[in-house]
Amino acid sequence: MKRLGLLLAMTAALTFCVGPFLWQVLTSLRPETEQTRLALPTRPTLQAYAEVFEGRAFAQVMLNSFAVASLTTLLCLAIGALAAFALARLPVPGRGALLAAALGASMFPPIATVGPLFLLIRALGLRDQLAGLVLPYATFALPLTLWVLTAHFRQLPPDLYRAARIDGCTPFAAFWRVLLPLAAPGLVTTGLLVFIFSWNEFLYALTFTSSPEHRTVPVAIALFASEHAEPWAQIAAASVIVTLPLVILTLAFQRRLVSGLTAGAVKG
Amino acid sequence: MTERRQGLLFVAPAVAVLAGVALYPILGTIWLSLHRSILVFHEHRFVGFDNWATLFEDARFWSALVTTLYFSAVAVSAELALGLLFALLLHGVFRGRGLLRAAVLVPWAIPTVVSARLWGWLFNPDHGLVARMLPGDEVNWLGTPGYALHAAIVVDVWKTTPFVALILLAGLQAIPVELGRAAALDGAGPLRILWSITLPLLRPALAVAAVFRGLDAMRVFDAVYVLTGGGPANTTETLSIYAYKTLMRSGDFGYGSTIAVATFVCVSVLAAIYLWLVVPTQEPA
Repeated sequence: MKRLGLLLAMTAALTFCVGPFLWQVLTSLRPETEQTRLALPTRPTLQAYAEVFEGRAFAQVMLNSFAVASLTTLLCLAIGALAAFALARLPVPGRGALLAAALGASMFPPIATVGPLFLLIRALGLRDQLAGLVLPYATFALPLTLWVLTAHFRQLPPDLYRAARIDGCTPFAAFWRVLLPLAAPGLVTTGLLVFIFSWNEFLYALTFTSSPEHRTVPVAIALFASEHAEPWAQIAAASVIVTLPLVILTLAFQRRLVSGLTAGAVKG
Repeated sequence: MTERRQGLLFVAPAVAVLAGVALYPILGTIWLSLHRSILVFHEHRFVGFDNWATLFEDARFWSALVTTLYFSAVAVSAELALGLLFALLLHGVFRGRGLLRAAVLVPWAIPTVVSARLWGWLFNPDHGLVARMLPGDEVNWLGTPGYALHAAIVVDVWKTTPFVALILLAGLQAIPVELGRAAALDGAGPLRILWSITLPLLRPALAVAAVFRGLDAMRVFDAVYVLTGGGPANTTETLSIYAYKTLMRSGDFGYGSTIAVATFVCVSVLAAIYLWLVVPTQEPA
C-alpha cells in the first residue's frame, strides 16, 4: 500500500518535470498532418530540424549565444577569482560590505538598469554588437562568481596560503600557483552556472541587439515566426536543439550544480 | 606592498565592473526618472517629480502592480507547496532517487523563453494538450482575461519548483535523523513528525526559498512577455513589462525609468529581508 503510494507519487513527479519537455520533443518529430493527434507520431520525421538549420541563420544564433556566454564566463572567472581570493584570505577593508553589495546588485531587477545601459552601449557604438552584451551580463554573473568562489577559497586550509608566503611567494604567486589549482572544482561549478545563466538571458539581449544575425538563442526563439501560421514543429525543434546541450550538461554535473545553487541559500 | 594594499588591488577590477554595470545604471535610472526624455525627439529636460505625480495617477501602473503582486503571491505559494512535496519525496525514497533528482533539474535547465514557448504550445486553443485534456468548455487560456495570468503562473511554477525543491532538500538533509527516530519511538506518526519536527526545523530554508523566489517573481519578465506579451487587454502586464514597453517601444526614457524605479523599490523591500536573513551568518570567519 505504502509502496503503491510512493510509486504513484514518483510517477506524478516525473511526469510533471519531464512530461512537458517530452511533449515538445514529440511535437518536433511530428509531420505537419499529425500535429493535431494525441498518440505517438506514426511517421516521425526530422524535417522540422532540417528547416530550422536552413540558411545558416539559426546556426549563427547558436554561435552568438555560445560566444557571449563563453566570454562572460571567462571575464567573470578572471576578475572574480582574483577578488574572491583576496576577500577570503587577505585583510581587505570592507569585504563584508562588498559581498553584501554584490548580492544586492544581483537582486536588481534588470529592468531597473536596462535604460542607462542602453544609452551607454549606444554611446559606445556597441549597440547590436555581441560585445555589448558581455559587460551587462556581469551584473548577475559577477556577484554569483564572487559568492561561490569566496566560499570555495575559504574552505581551503588557511595554512596553505601561509606556507606559500613563508616559502617566498608573493600573495599573487600564492594565489596563482597554490590556491587557484586547488579551487578548480569551484571554478567549474561557477563557470557552468554563469554559462547557463548567460545562455538563457533574455531582457538585455532583446534590448541591446536588433538585427537577426546578432540575436542570441532566447531572442531568436521568442521572435520565431514565419509568414504563415505559427511553425510549431520548427519552434519545438529549435527548443529541443538549444535545450538538449543544457540538459546534458546539467545532468553530467548535477551534484556540483546543486551544491553551488544551494550553497548561498541554506548556510544561513 | 602590504597585503592590505595588494588585496585592494585584487578586488579593484571586480569593484570597477560592478560599479559600471550595477551602481552607475541604477543611479542613472533614478536620475532619468526626474526627466522628460524622449529619444526620437531628442528631448531631454529636467522636470523634477512630474513623472512621479503621473505615476501615482496612472491606472495602468496600479494595475501592473496588482498583477505583479498577485502573480508573485500565487506562484511562490504554489512553488513552496509543490517544492516541499518534491523535497520530501526526494528525501524519503531510496529507489529511483537518482532518476527523480535528475528529472527535477530538467525544468531548471530549460531556458525561461523556451519554457514559455513550450507552454504556449500546450495552452494553444486549437491543438494544445491542456485544452484537449481538460473536460468541459474549451477555454482559450492565453486569450481570456483571468485565465492568461494563471497560465503564466503555471509556467513559472513548472520552471522554478525544482529550485525550491533543491533548497528545501538541502534543508531537510541538515535535520538530524535522530530527532525523527526519537519521536517515532515515542509513538508519533509520520504526519505528526512532519508537522511538529520537520516543518519547524525547515523554517529557515522555507523562508530563504520564499524570499528568493519572491524576488524573482516580482521582477518577472521573460516568461510572461513571451507567453502573452502582457495581453489580453494588459491583464498579464507586470511592472517589468510595462516599464519595458514604455522604455523601448514608446522610447519614453523618463517615464519608463520612473516605472523601473518603482519596480526596483518593490524588489528592494524583499531584498532587504533576504539580506537580513542570510548575510549575518556568512561573515568572514
